[in-house]
Amino acid sequence: MKIVTICGAGIGSSGVLKVNAERALRALDLEATVVAADVSTVRTVAADAQIILTSQEFVEAIGKTNADVIVIVNLFDTSELAQKLEDALG
Amino acid sequence: MSLPPLPESAIEIGAVAKDWRAAVALSGEALARSGSARPGYADEMIRMIEDHGPYVVIAPGLALAHARPGPQVITNGLSIVTLKEPVRFGHAHNDPVRVVLGLAISEAGAHLAAVAAVANIFNDSSAIDQLAAATTAAEIQRIMGVSPE
Repeated sequence: MKIVTICGAGIGSSGVLKVNAERALRALDLEATVVAADVSTVRTVAADAQIILTSQEFVEAIGKTNADVIVIVNLFDTSELAQKLEDALG
Repeated sequence: MSLPPLPESAIEIGAVAKDWRAAVALSGEALARSGSARPGYADEMIRMIEDHGPYVVIAPGLALAHARPGPQVITNGLSIVTLKEPVRFGHAHNDPVRVVLGLAISEAGAHLAAVAAVANIFNDSSAIDQLAAATTAAEIQRIMGVSPE
């Protein structure tokens, strides 16, 4: 499974999302590759992704995609991440 | 995992900012004071928010101000500005902001270890409250797990 985290710069918030998504996946005992990227590269990076994790601001720019787009409100809250990942995968 | 440097010169406590632009500008000035970024980095951080919206408010009360690696970054660094009066960035859930964490990263490939170290600190949900309440730079450094110079 591939998960892509998206923000404006491709560092910073998408990096925080990647690190915390990996923590949440370990807690759920799930395996996935998590890639951080900036929104301008989403078409190529997320072409084969099952899930895109991002902030509300990028949903429109991400546009049509086969992946589930999940909006995270508090990027440091691993329980929010785990819950939303479990809902999407379960 | 190593946290980017957070020297005392990159910390400002109880700052007065009239709006989010002023708050981000202070965060950029703190990075320039510590020698991590050039003065123009603040404008790049502001432009990120103008272009993409208030997504940098990544948790309740906390903005992660940053731009891309580039000529305005001298070396990896953090800054912390706590605000006397919270300011609104326009985020639907996480406003108002009390703590602005400035981040300068010199190489895109190397950012994840730095960001992971930041995430370690803030996965403790009390860290933002503790930072907002801190009254000395040494206290901020202690919360961030940095030993004072």
